[in-house]
Amino acid sequence: MGVQTPNGFNLDTSGKRIVVDPVTRIEGHLRVEVNVDSGNVIRNAVSTGTMWRGIEPILRGRDPRDAWAFTERICGVCTGTHALTSVRAVEDALGIKIPENANSIRNLMQLCLQVHDHIVHFYHLHALDWVDVVSALSADPKATSTLAQSISAWPLSSPGYFRDLQTRLKKFVESGQLGPFKNGYWGSKAYRLPPEANLMAVAHYLEALDFQKDIVKVHTIFGGKNPHPNWLVGGVPCPINVDGTGAVGAINMERLNYVTSIIDRLIEFTDLVYLPDVAAIGSFYKDWLYGGGLSGKSVLSYGDVPEHANDYSDKSLLLPRGAIINGNLNEVFPVNHRDPNEIQEFVAHSWYKYPDETKGLHPWDGVTEPNYVLGPKAKGTRTNIQELDEDGKYSWIKAPRWKGNAMEVGPLARWVIGYAQGKADFKDPVDKFLKDLGLPLTALFSTLGRTAARALEAQWAAYQMRHFQNKLIATIKAGDSNTAFVDKWKPETWPTETKGVGFTEAPRGALAHWIRIKDTKIENYQCVVPTTWNGSPRDPKGNIGAFEASLMNTPMENPEQPLEILRTIHSFDPCLACSTHVMSPDGQELANVKVR
Amino acid sequence: MTRSTTPPRILVLGIGNILWADEGFGVRVVEEFHRRYAVPDNVTLLDGGTQGLYLVNFIQEADYLVVFDAIDYGLEPGTLKLVFDEEVPKFTGIKKMSLHQTGFQEVLSAADLLGQYPERLALVGCQPKDLEDWGGPLTEPVRGQIGPAIEAACAILAGWGAPATARSAPLAETDALLGNDIDLARYERREPADAVDGLR
Repeated sequence: MGVQTPNGFNLDTSGKRIVVDPVTRIEGHLRVEVNVDSGNVIRNAVSTGTMWRGIEPILRGRDPRDAWAFTERICGVCTGTHALTSVRAVEDALGIKIPENANSIRNLMQLCLQVHDHIVHFYHLHALDWVDVVSALSADPKATSTLAQSISAWPLSSPGYFRDLQTRLKKFVESGQLGPFKNGYWGSKAYRLPPEANLMAVAHYLEALDFQKDIVKVHTIFGGKNPHPNWLVGGVPCPINVDGTGAVGAINMERLNYVTSIIDRLIEFTDLVYLPDVAAIGSFYKDWLYGGGLSGKSVLSYGDVPEHANDYSDKSLLLPRGAIINGNLNEVFPVNHRDPNEIQEFVAHSWYKYPDETKGLHPWDGVTEPNYVLGPKAKGTRTNIQELDEDGKYSWIKAPRWKGNAMEVGPLARWVIGYAQGKADFKDPVDKFLKDLGLPLTALFSTLGRTAARALEAQWAAYQMRHFQNKLIATIKAGDSNTAFVDKWKPETWPTETKGVGFTEAPRGALAHWIRIKDTKIENYQCVVPTTWNGSPRDPKGNIGAFEASLMNTPMENPEQPLEILRTIHSFDPCLACSTHVMSPDGQELANVKVR
Repeated sequence: MTRSTTPPRILVLGIGNILWADEGFGVRVVEEFHRRYAVPDNVTLLDGGTQGLYLVNFIQEADYLVVFDAIDYGLEPGTLKLVFDEEVPKFTGIKKMSLHQTGFQEVLSAADLLGQYPERLALVGCQPKDLEDWGGPLTEPVRGQIGPAIEAACAILAGWGAPATARSAPLAETDALLGNDIDLARYERREPADAVDGLR
């Protein structure tokens, strides 16, 4: 029994329903409902999110040159990426160019965010879906040292180092606060690492936590401050003065050398810690190849990191652009943000209203009018939903589609596209990673593959930072210290009416902003964010979104402990507070999994 | 050892999302604090936004910490409540501060795990009325607590030997904590967005 979706999934709702409702309703959050069969295999998946509901009411009527400061506040992690997307949209609309140095600096900031976010995501938000912290307490420090030294030349690997760390960890856990380690189903059979691998991973969790504080300084240097670095339509706001000694905000040689040292450390950390860790963890999970979802069928990347300033062609973009559909890796389609028939958002199953909901709207013509109604089969009340009706409206997230196809976006999508295009810097590392684990290419289309793609991309981004840092220094040394073009800064120079689009690849996937400007003010502004693509509900044709697809056919060890659901959803690095547990007012954890 | 001669490093941190109505309380208080008062060299004011774990280095570097935030105490909207030291993490865990899965409680834990936890903590929290009016301004009762929250922080800083002093000349616009039209006055010149009949 079941319903076949156009994008190839067989949905069966006859089995028991499991509701995983992660956080309080106060903040944006993600909720997942699945039906499992008698063998606890997921046969239907429904994902719903409360998401920011459109920035246009806030931006309408404002100066387009300030839009980045608003979009920077949408999200706590994509801050810089939203700002970059915004200034690109405005530049596109107004025909503003940027100097080569500004392109290098923007790339450095974007790549830095990419590698920083990937490291923090893997170690601090995702590793604990693979690593059992409590098991690490019973590891043998000497055996841990042997393991660590067998996989990497990273120097922090002595038996004494792991012994001290274990003692610290023990003290922390025994103090009863658990803190960041609160959210885990410790001891579950779904955890597969031996205690020593767990201890090694926890050690690197702490090292990454300590290291990430230095990484952000790149944003402080180029953005003038952090958090919330400054951006500028027409370039970057930081002047370059190589001979200067500490002029406020200016980039001098001392600061550039500091950035170089951070880049060296990022390369070392991704080479010797992050990638070896993912390979080591992967070796214990290589028969757990669930979670692929749409990744082997339909993936989308806008591309990013232009080699040359103002050149956003496929050839210039170092992160690849393209779309793959129906699993055909032999054909990568071009993507056009301006074509009204390519990217469209649907609301048939979203809590919004369109005049005709069988049709999608291109973001330049996008509307965001709330319409909160539950389907007839929904259980509970409007204020306390027990069970959603996915045949009706069931999410605050719209359903973006590319030529009608539901698409996965993110590191795995980018790497699949780069691989399909035969680009050596994407294909070779993927082949090597799979070969070392003895896995075929199809294994890439999985939760593990998504996690590996993120690690490979962090390493790639660290090396690209070195490239743009060298380029920046060479240009400055050749006498060009220009960081902004201001000839079209004044609104008098703008056309009365214009529109533009800016795009980037955020750490978690394709991101674009569409802007309309009229009489020098913003008339409409629409963002389509990565988690809208991945977390989208069904569309009018019944295609399921990437989160939903990724959960299909995954067996669960124990439906009361939905570790497999969390592991796969977290592998997308969702931009929602998709935490696993509900907090009560005294900070204590509440049970939040309901099996019906 | 150097404590007797070196003044403690104090961080005054405002957190929250200015785009979510009363969620913006913490950032608005630190913004206004900076506009009204000058602080000694050992005090840093920071608009932390929703940066989550990315704030851990600032916490690590602080000996004493004051946090402004919208807190769900279960009290009347607009009620200001101060909490100190070991009580602080319990209250900051109620809601997720960032859309990225980390609450401030976890940020504090991370600092603790790294062995650099502030010696003293003070949380100046305000009970929000509306956290769902996306794009909307602070509600009246919460906005009314910006001044009292600043006064509370002044008293705390004075008690820590680092009194803030009222600015004799108004702060230059270019020195404000938030610019580019997202400062409190300009942000709120707009009509509140239509409240959404959301999951409430």
